Amino acid sequence: MAEPRYDEVQVGTVLPSLQAEPISRLTLALYCGASGDHNPIHVDIDFARAAGMDDVFAHGMLPMAYLARLVTAWVPQRALRSLKARFVAITHVGDSLTCTATVAEKLEGRTVRLALSVRDQSGIEKLAGDAVVQLS
Amino acid sequence: MIDRRHIGHVLPAYMVPVEAGRLRFFAKATGNDDPVYVDEAAARDAGHPGLPVPPTFLFCLEMESPEPAAMRELLGIDYRRILHGEQHFRYHALAHAGDKLRFEPRIADIYDKKGGALEFVRRETRVTNQHGALVAELTCLTVVRHG
Repeated sequence: MAEPRYDEVQVGTVLPSLQAEPISRLTLALYCGASGDHNPIHVDIDFARAAGMDDVFAHGMLPMAYLARLVTAWVPQRALRSLKARFVAITHVGDSLTCTATVAEKLEGRTVRLALSVRDQSGIEKLAGDAVVQLS
Repeated sequence: MIDRRHIGHVLPAYMVPVEAGRLRFFAKATGNDDPVYVDEAAARDAGHPGLPVPPTFLFCLEMESPEPAAMRELLGIDYRRILHGEQHFRYHALAHAGDKLRFEPRIADIYDKKGGALEFVRRETRVTNQHGALVAELTCLTVVRHG
């Protein structure tokens, strides 16, 4: 895929979205091991219930990794200047997440700011964020 | 209330090696099948000296601290009460498998909202590589729920 060019993108340009596989307990176990974040609340239902939760739930950094995948599918990672996310709501087992990005602002130095969002199958926002990328 | 005298406190710095196997495992765990992140030959074809560290994996490497509970213990925070509120990365140079990264965390701010029902701790971490070059700056906002 050709890399996007600064002169060709406009405010409102929508990037190809990313649909993640539904979050399973295996997803959470793999992310626990791979990330090194071994907080039991994400993988041990006994611990989660003792902490007052109904079930285990995803690390916030997992959907943030999906957002990073969306951006690095659009531009090579060396073009990424910043990435930011606010963890708005908990992602539950079974959730089917859709990540979206829209060009929100064209900035100095041929960079653009992308508005990022992660929503579940009901449209509930889980993460809101932005990224700044350098275009040619 | 978390003691505000800890604002500005510098936590111990540490080095973390970047391992190719961990990067492949992370790619699998995050559903990333882009060959640049799993196949050394594809990474080299894309101009990388080795598998690149993906954008959010720096946070995982930051957690490889020899004292992962250092901040919580210093501030007296019960980790069952904490939530990850925000995460911000500013990138300056890519890191790759084989690099040794140095993490320098500090407590940048502590504040509260809702009459103290929620407290916020902002940790800022500088990441440099084995050549002394700045790789990234990480900001982690932790929320502590009281009551």
